[in-house]
Amino acid sequence: MNHADAAEKFNKDFDRTTWHDETLWWVRQKRDRAAFAIPEWEQLRETASQIKHNVLSNLDNYLIEFEKNAQKNGITVHWAADAHEHNQIILSILKSQGVTEIVKSKSMLTEECHLNPYLTENGVEVIDTDLGERIVQLADEPPSHIVLPCIHWKKEEIGVLFHKHLGTPEGCADPVLLTHAARANLREKFLTRRVAITGVNFAVAETGEFVVCTNEGNADMGAHLADVHIACMGIEKIIPKREHLGVFLRLLTRSATGQPITTYSSHFGKPREGQQMHIVLVDNGRTVQLGREQFRNSLKCIRCGACMNTCPVYRRSGGHSYHNAVAGPIGAILAPNLDMTKNADLPFASTLCGSCSNVCPVKINIHEQLYEWRQELTKSGHSPTAKTLSMKVMSAVLSNPTVYHLSGKIGRFAMANAPFVVNNSFNPWFKQREMPEPPKESFGEWYKKNRGEK
Amino acid sequence: MKVGLFIPCYVDQFYPQVGIATLQLLERFGCQVSYPAKQTCCGQPMANSGYEHLTHDCNRLFVNNFSEFDYIVSPSGSCVLHIKDHLHDDKREGEATHVRTHIYELTEFLTDILKVENLTAHFPHRVGVHQSCHGQRGLHVAQMSELVAPPFSKPEKLLNMVTGLELVKLDRVDECCGFGGTFCVAEEAVSVRMGIDRVDDHVKNGTEVLTGGDMSCLMHLEGVIRRRQLPIKVMHIAEILNAK
Repeated sequence: MNHADAAEKFNKDFDRTTWHDETLWWVRQKRDRAAFAIPEWEQLRETASQIKHNVLSNLDNYLIEFEKNAQKNGITVHWAADAHEHNQIILSILKSQGVTEIVKSKSMLTEECHLNPYLTENGVEVIDTDLGERIVQLADEPPSHIVLPCIHWKKEEIGVLFHKHLGTPEGCADPVLLTHAARANLREKFLTRRVAITGVNFAVAETGEFVVCTNEGNADMGAHLADVHIACMGIEKIIPKREHLGVFLRLLTRSATGQPITTYSSHFGKPREGQQMHIVLVDNGRTVQLGREQFRNSLKCIRCGACMNTCPVYRRSGGHSYHNAVAGPIGAILAPNLDMTKNADLPFASTLCGSCSNVCPVKINIHEQLYEWRQELTKSGHSPTAKTLSMKVMSAVLSNPTVYHLSGKIGRFAMANAPFVVNNSFNPWFKQREMPEPPKESFGEWYKKNRGEK
Repeated sequence: MKVGLFIPCYVDQFYPQVGIATLQLLERFGCQVSYPAKQTCCGQPMANSGYEHLTHDCNRLFVNNFSEFDYIVSPSGSCVLHIKDHLHDDKREGEATHVRTHIYELTEFLTDILKVENLTAHFPHRVGVHQSCHGQRGLHVAQMSELVAPPFSKPEKLLNMVTGLELVKLDRVDECCGFGGTFCVAEEAVSVRMGIDRVDDHVKNGTEVLTGGDMSCLMHLEGVIRRRQLPIKVMHIAEILNAK
């Protein structure tokens, strides 16, 4: 289902759409308060953007530096060209350990690589430990938001789900009780699983360490209790020096949830004694995107989700309508890079209002890239033939003043005298909106009459 | 000062009164205004739909019509932004560059070039401004709510010079209305929902007359208002600034 159809379905429930919009707008407002409390906010954004610019210009060197330092720290470094290789590497580590059950904290990369279904197919049970991710996992659906995976669920619905899967009392929708139930359930998993998978928010080339940010401490619980810690990161997550963390950690959570800092920003430098630590560096299309100059900036993304919360289209169509691991405006510029045919609709799921670009903590020109993707997708034949045809007609009419004036006259005449020509169910404008009332004369006609030929 | 009046296609066809108000307003401030009769459209509908490569003829026509003027002024931020960002003509790039760098949306032209500090307009109503995205975030006619920077608004500055007019404060100052060019039909459901929400914000805060610098957004909002039979009138800002 393409975005427009999925969004139309989402919009069938008017009140729920209101609720979804207001919930995410509330997060956007929290972000505003947190950002406006920092007088040098715009300077921070610019600094972060420039650091990432440097990273993207020297990505190979920083990755090699990181690998060298990580290995020195005793971390095993793996390289994966694509999603499949990433999944295979993880499975092979699990097999070498003889493990069939694991815990995993939130990682959009593993969502992008479809790791969970891959491991499940190969006989491994994966338990997501982030509460939101756990909820959507129990519901057997993907996250709808990169920071707030189950923001589309109401607490009453979670109560029903937990009653079914975790045995909470029927009708219980108390967030405290539900959280306790999830906690008790997860505690057992943390204590018994020997392998923990985490994502990576930032990897520091200079030191070979990496940082994982969570609000629940679930990454730490998994990694600290497990014999084997596997961290998965997209290669763009690298930053040059430890001192740069100060810039990004200040921006990340303020942009994401309006918090001054993430509750847990955990620094992993080396495995503790007796533990194995692996890191998988994943390309999966990132070097291709790096090579597309007009889309290169999209690799600056630190996955805060601010562009989703601010996006008036996302708020009224829900994350699942983007049918991609990363939804919203940033997803709409990342997804066509992964699959142009499957994701050709996404750059059009925007009004190009530009709010995303201005809220972005690393100043990605998201709405400009959406515009650029539209041109790319059209040029590479990913546009419906009917649309191409109508655009050609439109172009012919609008580039010929005589034809334009005549068409305008005929159009207005038809609208005034035979309104059913436009006011019908084939006209998507008319479905829920009135058409403009056609005036007797156009401005051009008025001007000619009243001001003469000048 | 020779000013070329650019009246976008849909304003020409559906809202001639907006063109007339723009023309009269510019003349009141002493501009020598001409309306080139052979103008049509800026080409944005094609470009935003992914067919920028089909806009060459529109671009050429635009350059033909407007390259001789000192300034080009239009009552539509979105069309102005499209010209500013995307107008090129490989055979006459020098003239295209002149057009790109001398085209202005009406309110920014009034405040930045004519430096208007006084108006004689009278409009005793509660007016709500729809701050259109392309004018605001693209042309920067007003500060956007996402940026940590001092607020300003060129349209509101002008409206505050109108006697009797009371500006309405909205809950969401600069959210998109959902028009978005071909988005309004390609994503009809979301587009309408965004329009409804924008209008509701005005209803809730007591807007009598909804105005803005972009007739396209106003056309969409007006369509929603009329279908839902809401007691709000829609007028382009040029009509209010020109009201006596």
